Amino acid sequence: MTPTIVLEQTPAATQPAWTLPDRGRVGVLCLFTTEFALFSIFVVAYIFYIGKSLTGPMPSDVLELPIWATICLLSSSITVAIAERALKAGQIQRFKLWTGATILLGLEFLRNTAVEWRHLINDFHLTITTNLFGTTFYSLVGLHASHVAIGLTLLLLTLVLGFRGSMQGQSRRFELLSWYWHFVDAVWVAVFTVVYVIGR
Amino acid sequence: MATTIYLPEGVGQTEALPLPSKLHEWIVTVDHKRLGILYIATALFFFAVAGILAALMRLQLAYPNATFLSPEVFNRLFTMHGTTMVFLVGMPFFAGLANYLTPLMIGARDMAFPRLNAFGFWIFLFGGILLYFSYIAGEGLAGHGTAPDVGWFAYAPLTERAFSRGTSTDYWILSIILTGIGTTASAINVIATIVSMRCKGMTLAKMPLFVWLMLVVSSMVLFILPPLTAGQIMLLLDRFLGAHFFDTQAGGSAVLWQHFFWLFGHPEVYVLMLPGFACASEIIPVFSRKPIFGRAAMIGATITIGMVSSGVWAHHMFSVGMSAWSNVYFGAISMVVGIPTGIKIFNWLGTMYGGKIRFDTPMLFCIAFLFQFLIAGLTGVMLAVVPFDWQVTDSYFVVAHFHYVLLGGLLFTLFGAIYYWFPKATGKMLNETLGKWHFWLLVIGFHLTFDTQHFAGMLGMPRRIYTYASGRGWDTLNLVSSIGVIFQAAAVLCLVWNISRSLRKGKPAGNDPWDAWTLEWATTSPPPEYNFAVLPEVRSSRPLWDLKHPEDPDWRYE
Repeated sequence: MTPTIVLEQTPAATQPAWTLPDRGRVGVLCLFTTEFALFSIFVVAYIFYIGKSLTGPMPSDVLELPIWATICLLSSSITVAIAERALKAGQIQRFKLWTGATILLGLEFLRNTAVEWRHLINDFHLTITTNLFGTTFYSLVGLHASHVAIGLTLLLLTLVLGFRGSMQGQSRRFELLSWYWHFVDAVWVAVFTVVYVIGR
Repeated sequence: MATTIYLPEGVGQTEALPLPSKLHEWIVTVDHKRLGILYIATALFFFAVAGILAALMRLQLAYPNATFLSPEVFNRLFTMHGTTMVFLVGMPFFAGLANYLTPLMIGARDMAFPRLNAFGFWIFLFGGILLYFSYIAGEGLAGHGTAPDVGWFAYAPLTERAFSRGTSTDYWILSIILTGIGTTASAINVIATIVSMRCKGMTLAKMPLFVWLMLVVSSMVLFILPPLTAGQIMLLLDRFLGAHFFDTQAGGSAVLWQHFFWLFGHPEVYVLMLPGFACASEIIPVFSRKPIFGRAAMIGATITIGMVSSGVWAHHMFSVGMSAWSNVYFGAISMVVGIPTGIKIFNWLGTMYGGKIRFDTPMLFCIAFLFQFLIAGLTGVMLAVVPFDWQVTDSYFVVAHFHYVLLGGLLFTLFGAIYYWFPKATGKMLNETLGKWHFWLLVIGFHLTFDTQHFAGMLGMPRRIYTYASGRGWDTLNLVSSIGVIFQAAAVLCLVWNISRSLRKGKPAGNDPWDAWTLEWATTSPPPEYNFAVLPEVRSSRPLWDLKHPEDPDWRYE
């Protein structure tokens, strides 16, 4: 029924191998591109409004460097990389251990953000409505934190699947998730620089 | 059915299913061809709706001091018309064409992520329905049942809580975020498909121009939609949580919204336009019986347009009062866009030159596109001259300019594409006589409506006014402009009649009715669900020519 099309017959030996990039990797890189652009706009808004608040509190009065949270998040990039290699090598126990460690580090990061926000809201009365600093601070840091939360949800899912024994042979997919986690980390470096270094 | 003999077995069985099962199949489908058809059908539906909104506005403007529509209704109409045409007609046309044709042209069985594809369509459709749901549930100054009335670029601080009370603006924001998510999903899918799913031998250098342009458009979407989405999220934060991004009373900047919006809005014009270029780049060579002239230059010009057009956004903002150097930069760089666009026009003309042109309906639409798009480009260069822009900005001259781009340019190529690829998608030819009626009525209607608006704008008629006083020299121009709508509506009815008639008793198309050269014509019409029984191998940019002319294949020269 359907016409078969072999448009040119050439001896197979003379043809170079036909390999194209993995579609999952391409898709995830595209996602990062568009996410990067989204964060850029929030960063631009943050920088544009530095020092434009009409009332206090100002960043220099209230912000402290989140060193511990940053250490947690950045080191979770290392643990997720170890988990990824373990899965590739088929060591499920090791994979579960290091994925669990990644999740704990991510949760500790979010806990630190929560404590920081509570401190800002209760002690300095800085909310999203207070001034332009509050508006841009909570939206930029919150946008990043929501990405951490999404990553944590996915990591938790893989951990559950790991305990149910269904992560075997899924290392390609987990690799993409680990890329996402690295991306979220890299974004944090930018957010940290803009909010806590340049903006303070 | 007579056509069943053209269908492979799998598709033939679908025809025999009862109606609920058939509908169910369309709803749960992840097939790129069905999703492509769903996208285009939705786009045509919203095109008709937005066209009716436009016709109502033209009726109101046909004569001075008209009271057919109230000012409030008029504001809603132009907001909904613009928003619908850009987000619910132009964008799904891109997604639909890319979905239907890309896998076929690159010799693949489906898109890279079929389920993401279905997700993109349904979230887009939901966004569209949400926008129109505001007519029932929206709440605004005028009470319940109020659609958004802030204009399609919705300048802050008009959109802030204090000035746009109620929920109608929120419907606008949310529906645009949702359609944006759908478009982003499509763009990621198209890129991954083109990068990772090409059939053996199809290097980037041998890829059809259509696919090249879709790759550029999709890449642009990744960069330009985030400014819009981010701006809408900020606006939502302002409206619901009391943030101050665009709240001028708390030190926020209304101009920042304009920058974010046009950072999206200008490249968006090219995101809408390039799929039209893509269709023209396939149709013009086939109907001129010549390979495309200056293929490499076409690809280079497309990439240049993609990059340069991302740096010209503030030419929409000359009247805001930017610094003199900003005006100089944005004026100059806007004119630079004319260079790659000019290269494209000359290449299409070069393709036709010396060719054996067949004046079938698809080609007629493309020829009209060349003329009309040239004029649109020329008025565009005029608007890039800052002092001239100061004179005519926010006037009907601008309205005429961008309708020349989007209607005279984009819509004509899209209609051409419908006549060109309809036989592939359905297995039936569209009627040529009705097609010519469609074409000529649209040409006449289009020129009556929009040529006159240039002059009305030059004579000082502002855009977005709901009526005007007599005796300013606009009366006749507006009447003629409104009369043109009758011709355009008749043209669209010709298309609707043509499609419904041809679906029932159109001439069977066969695999390759136009004697074309790209891979989609190598399979049956309509193609089976798996597209190709054996994945093709290609050695040139016109694989089907090679197949039909083994004595003189293209790959000898490429």
